[in-house]
Amino acid sequence: MIYWDLFLAFFIPNIVGYGGGPAIIPLVENEVVGRYGWMSSQQFAETLALGNTLPSPIATKMAGYIGYDIAGIGGSLVATFATVAPSLILMLVALGTLYRYRDSIKVKSMSQWVRPVIMVLMGYLTWSFLGEGVHDAGWIHTAIIAAISVVMLWRLKLHPVWAVVVGLVYGGFLLG
Amino acid sequence: MPSSLTTQRRLFMAFLRIGLLGFGGGPSMIPLVRAEAVTRYQWMNDEEFGDVLAIGNTLPGPIATKMAGTIGYRVGGVLGCINAVVAVIVPCIVAMMVLLGLFTRYRDQRWIQGMSEGVVPVVMVMMAQLTWDFFQKSRVVLGWIATLIMGVIAGGLIYGLGIHPGLVIGAILVAALLRPERRRERSEEAKP
Repeated sequence: MIYWDLFLAFFIPNIVGYGGGPAIIPLVENEVVGRYGWMSSQQFAETLALGNTLPSPIATKMAGYIGYDIAGIGGSLVATFATVAPSLILMLVALGTLYRYRDSIKVKSMSQWVRPVIMVLMGYLTWSFLGEGVHDAGWIHTAIIAAISVVMLWRLKLHPVWAVVVGLVYGGFLLG
Repeated sequence: MPSSLTTQRRLFMAFLRIGLLGFGGGPSMIPLVRAEAVTRYQWMNDEEFGDVLAIGNTLPGPIATKMAGTIGYRVGGVLGCINAVVAVIVPCIVAMMVLLGLFTRYRDQRWIQGMSEGVVPVVMVMMAQLTWDFFQKSRVVLGWIATLIMGVIAGGLIYGLGIHPGLVIGAILVAALLRPERRRERSEEAKP
């Protein structure tokens, strides 16, 4: 049942993904690429790259598009619903209870303790994108594009959209 | 008090603007939400906004949609909740479908294939940056030794033993809830 699988693939990352949208990315990759094999690592990277050039939350853009890619408009709705609804409904239903615990040490440690795990998942994803890049574009092109991106994103603090544009143009001319 | 139709229209416009201007994902949209909900429309004061944000942070999942849904619900009921969430996410999901649809359609063109290969190292660098950000945030609170030890153990469980990351995180969440309260003072000092 594709809709049920889609629901689970987005429900699980969003129910354990403390740390906002970006924290959910490696968890979604784990389901979409690793577990269900709906997309290749490169397709996922493309989706993430183009997603980063558009505004609005990254988690819902990824869900909306991946759901659509796999099962059409219905899939898009299911994946987006699984991303948005569970924590939002919980928030609305338990607003009073949550209000009391908003400064609780336990609740704070939940999101703090999860961070090292998210860090590892992100680090692993970085590593697999490196492998992907070297495999497809060769290590020289990968190193050049990565170096340009590092300068643009870390040194010049430019918006990701410009680094993505540079990657697209470079690839279109030199890797095509 | 404005009519409910006006309220819904305002909610939609406010969250549409937030969605369209919110480059950089959910967390970067928080100041934009504040500008609309507190400054422009005065649906809530700063303190209430801070509470909604703090409560949102006690739950997992994207923060932008939790804030949109909660503010929408407070201002315009269930309809307001759906209205605000749709306004903040739908336009960009549609844009994404169009953009990637075009991309996929011409996938067999050599230069399109080149573009899709060229973008992988860029995403790698973005992911490396996120990894670093999470390490920094974690280091400030837990210290770098605890962060690395937890990271290595989590990595071993997930990639060595093939345990689902959701289970590993679930176990940590339970451990956090069961932690003894007597360490309260020490932890509060360690806050960033």
